[in-house]
Amino acid sequence: MVIFIALLASALRLATPLIFSALGGVFTERSGITNIALEGMMIMGAFFAILVTEFTNMPWIGVLAAMAAGIMTSMILAVIAIHLKGNQVVVGTAINLFAVSITAFLLELVWKRSGQTDSVKKALTTNPFHFLENIPVIGKLFGGMTPFVYLAFVAVAVSYYVLYKTPLGLRIRAVGEHPKAADTVGINVYRIRYICVGISGMMAGLSGASLSLGTISLFREGMTSGKGFIALAAMIFGKWHPVGAMLASLFFGFCEALQIQASTLGFDFIPSEFLQMLPYLATIIVLSGFIGRATAPKAVGTAYEKGHR
Amino acid sequence: MAKVVEMKNITKVFPGVVANDSVNFELEKGEIHVLLGENGAGKTTLMNILYGLYEQTSGEIFVNGQLANIKDPNIAIKLGIGMVHQHFMLVEPFTVTENIILGAETSKGPHNIQLDMETASKKVKEISELYGLAVDPNAKIEDITVGMQQRVEILKTLYRGAEILILDEPTAVLTPQEIEELGMILQKLVGQGKSIILITHKLKEVMSMSDRVTVVRRGKVIETLKKENTNIDELAELMVGRKVNLKVDKADHKSGKTVLEVHGIEAMNNRGSKALKEISFEVKAGEIFAIAGVDGNGQTELVEVLTGLRKSIKGTFAVNGKDLQKMSSKKIIDSGMAHIPEDRHKRGLVLEHSLAENGCLGNHKDEPFSKHGILNYDYIHEYCRNLITEYDVRTPNERVSAKALSGGNQQKFIVARELNRHPELIIASQPTRGVDVGAIEFIHKKLVEQRDMGKAVLLVSLELDEVLALADRIGVIYDGQIVGIVSGATADEKELGIMMAGGKVNK
Amino acid sequence: MQNKEKNFLQVIIDNVKFPLLAILVSFIIGALFIAWTGHSPLVAYYELFSGSLGNFGRFGESLLKTTPLIFTGVAFAFAYRCGLFNIGIEGQYIMGAIFTVGAGWIFRDLPGGILVVLLLLAGTLGGAIWAFIPGILKAKRGVHEVIVAIMLNYTALYLSNYIVRTILNPSVLLGTEKKASTIMLPEQGRLLLLSKIVPAFGYSSVNIGFFIAVITAIVIWFVLFKTTLGYEVRSVGHNPYASEYGGISIAKNITLAMVISGAIAGLAGAVTVAGLSYKVDQAAGMPGYGFSGIAVALVGQNHPIGILASALLFGVLANGERKMQMAGIPKEVVGIIQAIIILFIAAEQVVKYLPDIKKKFSKNKTQEVQK
Repeated sequence: MVIFIALLASALRLATPLIFSALGGVFTERSGITNIALEGMMIMGAFFAILVTEFTNMPWIGVLAAMAAGIMTSMILAVIAIHLKGNQVVVGTAINLFAVSITAFLLELVWKRSGQTDSVKKALTTNPFHFLENIPVIGKLFGGMTPFVYLAFVAVAVSYYVLYKTPLGLRIRAVGEHPKAADTVGINVYRIRYICVGISGMMAGLSGASLSLGTISLFREGMTSGKGFIALAAMIFGKWHPVGAMLASLFFGFCEALQIQASTLGFDFIPSEFLQMLPYLATIIVLSGFIGRATAPKAVGTAYEKGHR
Repeated sequence: MAKVVEMKNITKVFPGVVANDSVNFELEKGEIHVLLGENGAGKTTLMNILYGLYEQTSGEIFVNGQLANIKDPNIAIKLGIGMVHQHFMLVEPFTVTENIILGAETSKGPHNIQLDMETASKKVKEISELYGLAVDPNAKIEDITVGMQQRVEILKTLYRGAEILILDEPTAVLTPQEIEELGMILQKLVGQGKSIILITHKLKEVMSMSDRVTVVRRGKVIETLKKENTNIDELAELMVGRKVNLKVDKADHKSGKTVLEVHGIEAMNNRGSKALKEISFEVKAGEIFAIAGVDGNGQTELVEVLTGLRKSIKGTFAVNGKDLQKMSSKKIIDSGMAHIPEDRHKRGLVLEHSLAENGCLGNHKDEPFSKHGILNYDYIHEYCRNLITEYDVRTPNERVSAKALSGGNQQKFIVARELNRHPELIIASQPTRGVDVGAIEFIHKKLVEQRDMGKAVLLVSLELDEVLALADRIGVIYDGQIVGIVSGATADEKELGIMMAGGKVNK
Repeated sequence: MQNKEKNFLQVIIDNVKFPLLAILVSFIIGALFIAWTGHSPLVAYYELFSGSLGNFGRFGESLLKTTPLIFTGVAFAFAYRCGLFNIGIEGQYIMGAIFTVGAGWIFRDLPGGILVVLLLLAGTLGGAIWAFIPGILKAKRGVHEVIVAIMLNYTALYLSNYIVRTILNPSVLLGTEKKASTIMLPEQGRLLLLSKIVPAFGYSSVNIGFFIAVITAIVIWFVLFKTTLGYEVRSVGHNPYASEYGGISIAKNITLAMVISGAIAGLAGAVTVAGLSYKVDQAAGMPGYGFSGIAVALVGQNHPIGILASALLFGVLANGERKMQMAGIPKEVVGIIQAIIILFIAAEQVVKYLPDIKKKFSKNKTQEVQK
């Protein structure tokens, strides 16, 4: 039981960055933009969270900085994909490369070395709601919860509400399916897409902060190690729906937790590499329509040109 | 009568094209005003300017006597202008209500942040009852008929309080019966004080639906007339700019042996429902057999099956006795079939390729175009130069990309390529869609020429006039079935119209 | 005649104008970053280029870095010409590399010449198999190749790590100590170093793999523009519907283009293993050649000959960054420059290919099948 709770807690922690980024992915793709730059925006978030916390000694300011960094980075995607109608996958690739390089560059500039930063004195690695730990049996579960874990679930609820219960959400979904239809009823397609790309940058930035500030209190090069792409997978696996994306993230987080704790659990008859592959393989299977059908919003990947003949 | 819209000296320039050239247009309160013109004459552009989708290069617009600067559709909507586009602007996975309220949502809760679908549904129901536009507010768009979708589009404008309605080619996708219903709806709207602009290129609709008509040609207004003071022939001449011979000269036909034999063909459409049901007919050498029908009744699927682009699930078809049902499209091309596709940009040409590379499309694997997998570009260019001269395709040379040509010349080039294969059977699917009258006449002449040479021609067309002008025999398709076959010489339009709508003709 | 030559020159200028501008602007922005570190950009760029072109040995190293980029650039371009975005070159490269090591063990007793050919074929096969998956899924089920390929990149990484740790580990095959890399390739299966022919290359490990890359680029150019196969691939890339109408199989060409693209990527892995590393290591992340390949192809305008030039540029940059680093300037400046080049190219496509891109997306047949 104790082991199981530890496993669950670890799964929740590992799922947290995935949930944030996957939600960001849901917003961009629902508005019709492919976002393979989640990874890059996460790196930016992870780095700036530490950088700003280092100087201010206020981790929540670090979180805000991470969100801001994510938004700034996402605007590169927004401008090139929306206004300049560049190839969205190409821009995404460039942003990922840019984020890796610029963070490593700044790391060297500020800390005068490469590899990783110093640990910040104050981080967000502990449970903010101590009273929850007194609940019998499951109380232990909360012991390892960071503020980010709670925030992630709040973000899921808010995202669901915005997308399905508000006029803005209706407009976002319309823009992703049929931008011209939205345009003809006076909806500003570009503005909606900018908002969504911005939200994805904010979420991915938050995701990065949860990785750095929420786990090891420092930034290390390559620390996202493809999590942005797993988040992309979670978004697809969750069929472009906030709750689905959350469930997929939890499943992927669980796989990772299992892989990390395989030996303590007596699980090592499955090679850890196979557990690592699982999220990716599962996504391919779902995409291929072997289990259910995953259909992307119709206009995803297509630049919308206003007033074109 | 009060003028609700006045467009003065409107000019719109797209890169390289003047779409509207100092156009003047007026709409009076309570009238149905038709904007008549050929494809590409600039009708839709003009209306898109009025609706704020494009901005005019110069000129002024007055709505209800006030100068209006319509930068985007929001302003048009506020001014009481609504537009139903030719291609419906509906979000398929959304419900009817969601589509209607999109962009003008009702909301509730603190700061009005929450969608209020109940109020919206109620309001939609009210309006639909008021104007007699029956729809199910909770049905999804992807599940309802085209006629119903059009009603949703009209409701969308009324929901926003439109007083001025623009309908762009509203009849293109409707059956004759649905067109009649639409006519009634429009009368009702006008009766309630709305003013309507109807864009069309179909002369008959002008006469049946309009109060006044403005004829547009090559971006210029030619004339504005009252319906009572004109007739179809005059309108045709104004629209095209010269006397039009709507009849095609052709000799009596002498049909020979059966070339194409279609037997019991069934096939699915892209959505997975049955598009063709037990289709059987034959086309003989030396005749033009036309398939008439309203768009979306299986014509596209039929042509795709016959050309190998879609697999049939039942039935057979043969050319000169050779069964082709299981053949690939390449094999079908090789057994003597030419195909003028319904959409030249989608099927007919690779627009980015040079004309030369387009000229060998379909033959590129045959000698002398290529040998052992290596292309012979010298021959490919020479072959293309011959096509260009023989069929009078207007182009600087064969090296330019296909997209550099005008629509009419692109279509002539396709006809050239297909007929130059020396086929036994020609399948021409809407061969004159969206081209100028000159090209139409040229293509009609070429098709008749092929027939007179003893070739079999299968013509699929949505234009009843084209069918009547060319066909020796006519098969009417409705809901994936051939509902009747009549002789071209004795066919009358009314009878065809009833069959096209799925009705029975008692003889 | 003279007129025609002028046209030819004009075409070349039109094609290189934008990439050159993108490169220039990126270097200027890179200079700002260098200045920020307190160093002179001129000094930094001097270090960069002298570090990669300063002498024969350094030039050799640049060619060595160029080699895989030619392969991956050409691989990307071939798929791109068929309307496919092969972001899976990373994974195909990884599979090519691991297949090469496997073949090296299986055929370890064969003589050099035959073994080398077999190794290259094995790498090609590994990449081709890996690319076949997104290809066939796109062709038959309409699944978007980008997502599948991304997923397969990581699958390949972990699969390779597993094989390195177990099947091909020296501890398993030779009974020696457990290592974080595979067994070594047999001596006779390694590619000839150019320094053996031209001693001036000295310490550089540049090998005949470079020539294999150049020949591959030329062959692909011929295939794309002079054969019916290339004609069909390009036709499907521009307009799948019209191709189908002209008797060209969309599914066959999509699968084939992806497989050929993957084969070239796999060859990159094979040449790197047989010419440089002689083994495969455990890895925490992507090798990066695939992503660079995208940049190389885009700068090279997806033309095999253009790619030769842009691969050389990227190879020079990659090689020079070390010397720049030694001069105290963060080597990441090079990554920043590369990223900005790609951003510019992405935005530039607008000017030239806007109509194409729009049509490609709106007419993407397989996407519609998915609906």
